[in-house]
Amino acid sequence: MSFFSFGQSAEIDVVLTDAETRKKAEHKTEDGKKDKYFLFYDGETVAGKVNVTLKNPGKRLEHQGIKIEFVGQIELYYDRGNHHEFVSLVKDLARPGELTQSQTFDFEFTHVEKPYESYTGQNVKLRYFLRATVSRRLNDISKEMDIVVHTLSTYPELNSSIKMEVGIEDCLHIEFEYNKSKYHLKDVIVGKIYFLLVRIKIKHMEIDIIKRETTGTGPSVYHENDTIAKYEIMDGAPVRGESIPIRLFLAGYEMTPTMRDINKKFSVRYYLNLVLIDEEERRYFKQQEITIDCTRPFAIKGRIFMISVIDDLCH
Amino acid sequence: MSDPTVADTRRLNSKPQDLTDAYGPPSNFLEIDVYDPQTIGVGRNRFTTYEVRMRTNLPIFKLKDSVVRRRYSDFEWLKNELERDSKIVVPPLPGKALKRQLPFRGDEGIFEESFIEERRVGLEQFINRLAGHPLAQNERCLHMFLQDESIDRNYIPGKVRK
Repeated sequence: MSFFSFGQSAEIDVVLTDAETRKKAEHKTEDGKKDKYFLFYDGETVAGKVNVTLKNPGKRLEHQGIKIEFVGQIELYYDRGNHHEFVSLVKDLARPGELTQSQTFDFEFTHVEKPYESYTGQNVKLRYFLRATVSRRLNDISKEMDIVVHTLSTYPELNSSIKMEVGIEDCLHIEFEYNKSKYHLKDVIVGKIYFLLVRIKIKHMEIDIIKRETTGTGPSVYHENDTIAKYEIMDGAPVRGESIPIRLFLAGYEMTPTMRDINKKFSVRYYLNLVLIDEEERRYFKQQEITIDCTRPFAIKGRIFMISVIDDLCH
Repeated sequence: MSDPTVADTRRLNSKPQDLTDAYGPPSNFLEIDVYDPQTIGVGRNRFTTYEVRMRTNLPIFKLKDSVVRRRYSDFEWLKNELERDSKIVVPPLPGKALKRQLPFRGDEGIFEESFIEERRVGLEQFINRLAGHPLAQNERCLHMFLQDESIDRNYIPGKVRK
């Protein structure tokens, strides 16, 4: 942003040490496009080089210090001024002085904690990035590089089925069952709806997946509901004793893991909504929360290797 | 041991259906016919009544087959009672046709055959939609409208208890 042709300026470039070998993952940007970013997991080291290239070779660049930061932050779209940083690491690369030529600085953030998964939503964003800054008296020169973090559960957990009898007294009684309560991103929801009593004229039945993003606390809580999927599972009128199967492949839908009360700032939860529609378009529904995560019921042998296999299966 | 990377998509086990349930009459039979319009009275005091016949196997209705005579204002009364006492969105009635009740019309006004037929169809749709509503079925006024010989406008509004 320099309007004067005299004075020195520079370009900053951040390059990871393992840029050739590290996997990239696709992640949605705020305007809905998908981009690829370097993929990191919790505990991994973030290391690389910062290249400061002088725009006018031969001229000196005076600066108040050069540093690189690793930041993990939550941004609420309606409160852009207040980013909430939950990870903030700094490495000073150069004390205040001057650069006479382009220079490269090495950096390493060892075993960085990355407790939450990267998330870009309707009202909130959780992102991790490296930010290299050359501080100057009037205006700083800085460059940000976003990375993507995936989380994994490494312990096999109990994954019980969901089975419930619900209804309207003397009018409609059903028993629904879903094979699990925790699903991963490429899982299949297998279930059934059993009709115990049908005294209304049902026209069809569908199952919807609803994503609810909740931001804010106390009096200013925003819920953003998004119907991710609508899948008709029955067409026509059922009678007592009939059982309707459900088989819903999650890989076909854009989903993220369930996030509960992240840093007390936001939540992303998923619900299965079973909807029955009668001949007069009246809707009867039962909503049930499901957990989306990457729980896999097999033992982890070599941590780094198996994690990338699980991640592929999950994401 | 099944491959853990391929999800098990086999159906869940379910009880086989009883054949009497599968082939018996469904428990949701409800049909109401609005027919046989009759215009009663003379001159300015005429009005039209319709026969309302309900056939059902829903246990909430005392009579499984009932026939009553009702006029348009009875349907209006029912709509008002339900709008006041229940939380349901009551379906619309066919129009009141006030213009047809003005003098100096070239035709029979509200006693015109085509109008009565249009109204009959609208009333039939109205009562079928309403009677099938589980919340409307709980209201005393609906049962009185469909199954009592005459409507007691001084009745005590309330819910039907089995």
